[in-house]
Amino acid sequence: MIELNPYLPEMATILETVQETPTIKTFRVRLDDPGRMQAFSFQPGQVGQLSVFGVGESTFVINSSPTRMDHLQFSVMRAGEVTTRLHGLAAGDKVGVRAPLGNHFPYESMRGKDIVFIGGGIGMAPLRTLLLFMLDNRADYGRISLLYGARSPEDMAFKTDLPEWSSRGDMTTVLTIDREAEGWEHRVGLIPNVLLEMAPSADNAVAVTCGPPIMIKFTLQALKKLGFADEQIYTTLEKRMKCGVGLCGRCNIGTKYVCVDGPVFSYAELRELPNEL
Amino acid sequence: MVMSAAAYLPAPKLGEWLKELSVRHLVLAPQARGDAVVFAPYAEGGEIVLDRDATMPPKQAVFPATEELLRFRRVKDPEDPGRVDVELSASQPAPKTVVFGARPCGTRGFLAYDRVYRSPKTTDPYYAARRDATLFVTVACTAPGNSCFCHWVGSGPDDASGSDLLLTPVTGGFVVLAVSGRGDELLGSPLLEPAGDRTAEAEKVLAAVRAALPPAPDISGARDGLTAVFDDMGFWDEVSAKCVSCGACTYLCPTCYCFNITDEGDGLAGRRLRTWDNCMSFQFTLEASGHNPRPTKAHRLRNRVGHKFSYYPALHEGAVACCGCGRCVRGCPVSVDIREIVLAAIVRAARAREETAHD
Repeated sequence: MIELNPYLPEMATILETVQETPTIKTFRVRLDDPGRMQAFSFQPGQVGQLSVFGVGESTFVINSSPTRMDHLQFSVMRAGEVTTRLHGLAAGDKVGVRAPLGNHFPYESMRGKDIVFIGGGIGMAPLRTLLLFMLDNRADYGRISLLYGARSPEDMAFKTDLPEWSSRGDMTTVLTIDREAEGWEHRVGLIPNVLLEMAPSADNAVAVTCGPPIMIKFTLQALKKLGFADEQIYTTLEKRMKCGVGLCGRCNIGTKYVCVDGPVFSYAELRELPNEL
Repeated sequence: MVMSAAAYLPAPKLGEWLKELSVRHLVLAPQARGDAVVFAPYAEGGEIVLDRDATMPPKQAVFPATEELLRFRRVKDPEDPGRVDVELSASQPAPKTVVFGARPCGTRGFLAYDRVYRSPKTTDPYYAARRDATLFVTVACTAPGNSCFCHWVGSGPDDASGSDLLLTPVTGGFVVLAVSGRGDELLGSPLLEPAGDRTAEAEKVLAAVRAALPPAPDISGARDGLTAVFDDMGFWDEVSAKCVSCGACTYLCPTCYCFNITDEGDGLAGRRLRTWDNCMSFQFTLEASGHNPRPTKAHRLRNRVGHKFSYYPALHEGAVACCGCGRCVRGCPVSVDIREIVLAAIVRAARAREETAHD
């Protein structure tokens, strides 16, 4: 009976944490049951619910790649009760994990195409899983470019990944911050403006973007200018969620439940939904 | 309706029959609690209220207002005292239950749950266990009120869908009709008599109730209508103007299935609970960032009506997530009337179409 209980988390142990920015902390975890960890599979873009027992659960994308299964990685921005408590946890501490939940990036249909990743702030997390997956299946994809921006150098997450991404010959990485800062050697400027300067071709390309709403709004406009159609643009949505399995009724946009029908949507799909983001 | 088997229960034997059912089941029957009528455990001598519909639907029988999803306990690892493990346990208690005396609308509420809580995609084990353990002895409705509208939503006062037995009041008692295999088994009681001619009388009673219903407006355009007025915030401001966001409509609704999950405990041990939630509340969709996709009561009422008459039917072959019991209309402190909103949306959309055609 318990096997089929969608509300019962797996117990997991935190292996390692990384304080990415003043408000973002990354957790690398493994399920305690070795058989479960061995059997665990997910697709890039799927999410999980992390439990702090006695406080509650919140939803985060699994930002590690299914091609690298030594741990599952979640990056948590401190915002509410659960995330504040999560930030207090360290290696060796226990969390509950309900995963994988939701849909995933259509990485199959992206094969053979150029991929443009545009991430802002914590919005880099869902892009990371797909980027790593594609780098581990590099021959399947065309040119890969990444534009990652944050307000300031200290707000840049995934600092341990950035040197590799920046130095790889098989991808282009552009980092940007909003305002000049001492010691910053990369771009300065808002993501949509830098994107227009990068001017990636929309021809046989897919854009994958995630970030704060205001960035998304102007990034979409920039992508349109560059000739990207709604069908070529993917993003992931966030909503307040509880059950994660399409029952509790709070994450719907019209007929779509972000927890099961999302979090990944193309802009063509979003256009068909009621305007209630 | 499949007529499998019928019997007759003399009214004076009702108490005895409920007592007999109580031997093997928790019997929940409508009983007065102050001014309200609620489904409460039957005890011998308890007075059953059947002359008016229960204030609360029988929702709690299968979907308790609060239920435990799991328990947790933090335990020190004896080998490594610095390490603390968390033990989880979960169970799905499902006492054998008979819900006696719901009207067809109240019983049918669970059909709206079933499509979601035991869909091909997901089974909610807590719901499923209780659902399987619960029998419904429904009493046909012989006195629809003016806030009732079951016949607008494809049902009627003698609709037996979702029931195991359907009782129809006749002279001196009830005709008891089995409408499921499990209902058939209940007909074995020695307290029941052969129905004989009373089946015909029951048919007459029900025909008269059906004939007395006011005409039902056609709401087949609700989906299109609600879709068309989605962005018309003027419309939603208007229909929600008097709403006080109290959520009485959601708690009284036999089909409202939204819930919250919260933890309680002392840090060492505790439990995770599921509780009925209320989509009319600002907090329902409030995100930690402060963003709220449904920031005003107009947005929230739009989602509630939209869910029942547009989104849910789109996902479930046209079935509306409303059983027409009218509890939301009767229980609303400011008399928001969901029927008026649905009809107004249909009219508003039709008018907009005409205007477009004339342009």
